[in-house]
Amino acid sequence: MATFDVIVVGGGPAGYVCAIRAAQLGLTTAVVEKDKLGGVCVNIGCIPTKALLQSALIANMVRHQAAEFGITVGEVKTDYGVAMKRSRKVSEQNSKGVEFLMKKHKITVIKGTGVLQPGKKVKVGNDVHEATKGVVIATGSRVKGIPQIGLELNGKTVVSSDEALFMETAPATLAIVGAGAVGMEFADVFASFGSKVTLIEALPRILPLEDAESSEALSKSYRKRGIEVRAGAKVKKATVAADKVTLEVETAGKTESFTVDKVLMAAGRAVNTENMGFKESGVELTDRGFVKVNLDTLETTAKGVYCIGDVAGPPMLAHKGSREGTNVAEILAGHKPPAIKYDNVPSVTYCHPEVASIGMTEDQAKEKKLDYQVGRFPFSANGRARTASEIEGFVKIIRDKKYGEILGAHIVGSHASEMIHELTVARENEYTVEEVDLAIHAHPTLSEAVAEACLDSMGRALNI
Amino acid sequence: MPFALNWEARMATKVVMEALSPTMEEGRLVEWKKNEGDKVSTGDVLAEVETDKAVMELVARADGVLLKQVVAAGSTVPVSSLVAIIGQPGEDVSALLNGAGGGAAPAAPPTPAAPAAAPATKPAAPAPGQAAETAPIAPAEPPTETPKPAPAAPAAASAPTPAATAAPAPAATTAAPGGRVKASPLARKIAAERGLDLGRVSGSGPEGRVIRRDLEGLAAVAAAPAAGMPLQASPGVSYTDVPLSQIRKTIAKRLAQSIGPIPTFYLTTEIDMERAWDARTALKALGPEGDISFNDIIIKAAATALKQHPECNAWWQDDHIRQWNEVHIGMAVAIDDGLITPVIRHADLKSLRQISAESKDMAGRARERKLKPEEYTGSTFSVSNLGMFGIDEFTAIINPPEAGILAVGAIVQKAVVVDNAVTTRRRLRITMSCDHRVIDGATGAKFLKTLRTLLENPLAMVW
Repeated sequence: MATFDVIVVGGGPAGYVCAIRAAQLGLTTAVVEKDKLGGVCVNIGCIPTKALLQSALIANMVRHQAAEFGITVGEVKTDYGVAMKRSRKVSEQNSKGVEFLMKKHKITVIKGTGVLQPGKKVKVGNDVHEATKGVVIATGSRVKGIPQIGLELNGKTVVSSDEALFMETAPATLAIVGAGAVGMEFADVFASFGSKVTLIEALPRILPLEDAESSEALSKSYRKRGIEVRAGAKVKKATVAADKVTLEVETAGKTESFTVDKVLMAAGRAVNTENMGFKESGVELTDRGFVKVNLDTLETTAKGVYCIGDVAGPPMLAHKGSREGTNVAEILAGHKPPAIKYDNVPSVTYCHPEVASIGMTEDQAKEKKLDYQVGRFPFSANGRARTASEIEGFVKIIRDKKYGEILGAHIVGSHASEMIHELTVARENEYTVEEVDLAIHAHPTLSEAVAEACLDSMGRALNI
Repeated sequence: MPFALNWEARMATKVVMEALSPTMEEGRLVEWKKNEGDKVSTGDVLAEVETDKAVMELVARADGVLLKQVVAAGSTVPVSSLVAIIGQPGEDVSALLNGAGGGAAPAAPPTPAAPAAAPATKPAAPAPGQAAETAPIAPAEPPTETPKPAPAAPAAASAPTPAATAAPAPAATTAAPGGRVKASPLARKIAAERGLDLGRVSGSGPEGRVIRRDLEGLAAVAAAPAAGMPLQASPGVSYTDVPLSQIRKTIAKRLAQSIGPIPTFYLTTEIDMERAWDARTALKALGPEGDISFNDIIIKAAATALKQHPECNAWWQDDHIRQWNEVHIGMAVAIDDGLITPVIRHADLKSLRQISAESKDMAGRARERKLKPEEYTGSTFSVSNLGMFGIDEFTAIINPPEAGILAVGAIVQKAVVVDNAVTTRRRLRITMSCDHRVIDGATGAKFLKTLRTLLENPLAMVW
């Protein structure tokens, strides 16, 4: 039995970042991890999917754009297996990187499954470790199937991202159930590697959490690429055979049936709260199954036990978990970190074109009956975008009319994931559209579209 | 936690003598309202402090326990001196006390561009940057002023009268021109729109920065307009900044060289007050509510005339002229050992009855020295009246940055020629002091003509 100041259960982006910050603040820290360090994000989530999306991007560029740029290539062949292996290498390197960071900060990594015990104790195998300051739960989440309609994950024909990331070949036909970030990204990847992809979303539009204009732009773009987009579509029944799946899908009252080689489940995630000793230790869950936390301190219902990341509640995003991790570490070290602004967590989907957003959608602003003004700027009017022939998409700003506050911002286009942070910084510091415009933007850059959209919200866009 | 302190702030918080008025340099601690060991919350009154203008309340800027009264009741200390410490029970405050001698904070940076800086030997007011410790009260500015690149020099609180031999110099203030109050751009816009004084708000953002959350439900500390103020008082922007033309720059420079920092000239007019006299007599007959004074009538007339002559309702701002779209009349009131100018805000929009009630109330409280700073700052034009002392006519000294002041004499019966016959009429002589950098002779004369018309035909004020 060993004693630490802090024991973090889970070595994903919430847990390992929490451990580093705790160690920086002079606390002796241990991380309990049953698998690879870096968690879902590094190993079977954010990182490998981005590696595959880069392969997809290159495939499309070579296929559709190279000639226009004066570059002639021969027959274009894609090999998902090669791309997959590259993505694995990137993940492994990143996981090693996390291992190195643990060593660098003298953080003890305990391999195994941590089970909470009353009194700030964690049992791993036969050993019980004790934390003097606090135990931090960061056990994350996992993919889930929908067994109720026959779509139980079987690892062969009905798969999750866990399996899709290790496939040697791209299936000839693929149905993706769920058009949130995960579904959208895999649709992009597999379509680029030659699969005939059908994207099925139960809600009325794909990317249902994004602004309706973003959804609309992606619907158009995907359809143009030959991806079949079915929004407002419900899978009524699935018949799973050894090498194919037949789906009955109802759209607008009409039921159609079609057969695919594989179904990729991308509809939601389940949090890892089972067999964790929560009940015995007094850690309660919410109605939705997340760990109940005090949002100011992230402490659970059990004193001295904290919770961060996916398992602590939405949004289930790595960067939200990391921030919760540093905050809890600071609280455990006796600091009073500023409260996390949960309404200022950027959301990014790395499909092509990329979709990024911060704050409210226009529908939400409408629902709240706010007095707002929308500003827009299309990349087709942006010089830099034209030089790269990346003219899809736009920047959309939702400005509060009275004070100019940036209520929400939505970007569709290449590098949207990078551009959103200008608006994240602006919102974090309560800059209004005027301050964003006042900052001089280099020319020619895609970011000029951000300033122009801010100007447009005041009726003063210059280059359109 | 709307008033939360910066999270990095140490536990114990110093309480310093705040500049409770724009001109305050020292304060006498009249009475402690909290004893050592008492629990205090942000906003609680710790002590009563007598300033150069009034008896004011020193309030807590932090939660905790009053650990130490550093200054005894009755003593006078310079602004920004340590007067008490708030912290947690049992906390060791010796370190803070040891540093108490030289004032609680490093000396404030010099007040930039104040028309007449306070002498260097005087203790400096605390810098706005200290807001994280104890937020100094900034002078209240008119309710809807928007912060602009060249912030208004605070209006001097003292009203010029013959008693004052030199133009009153605005002293260093907490939110000095060009001084920084840490606040997010959004908070600044909300504060400007709602008339909140950011200098009086504790910031909960990084390094004590005022953010939107800190302003929620904060109407109470606003530089609140007087009760009963008409709602249509702020139609959009409250002033217009007029850039200086070359000729105006030259006029300003040459005239200032010739005669002191404020090149003043005087315009005198004699006004027939027969009709005003009759009107006042008629109103008086209505009962106690009709008991308005000639000064009230003159304030109303001046405000109405200023609305028609915005060029006279203006502040000299060194590199531009600020023409106010709102009319706030400073009204000189003699008090025991000096004078003070309570401000009738939006006097052009108020009825005579409102003006009368307000002026009575404020004059009364001025004599008891109970005026709040926001009640005697921010005027756009002033009126000084020595008629009740039998003074026929005099010149008043301009209250910078205002550009004009009226000196009102006594109404006396005189023999005058009317319709080719000598008869007796009640006459009033008014002299206007004009800052020539803002007001030219003809401009001032036109304003006085309107004023005379209004006073000679009082109905025109409501016409």
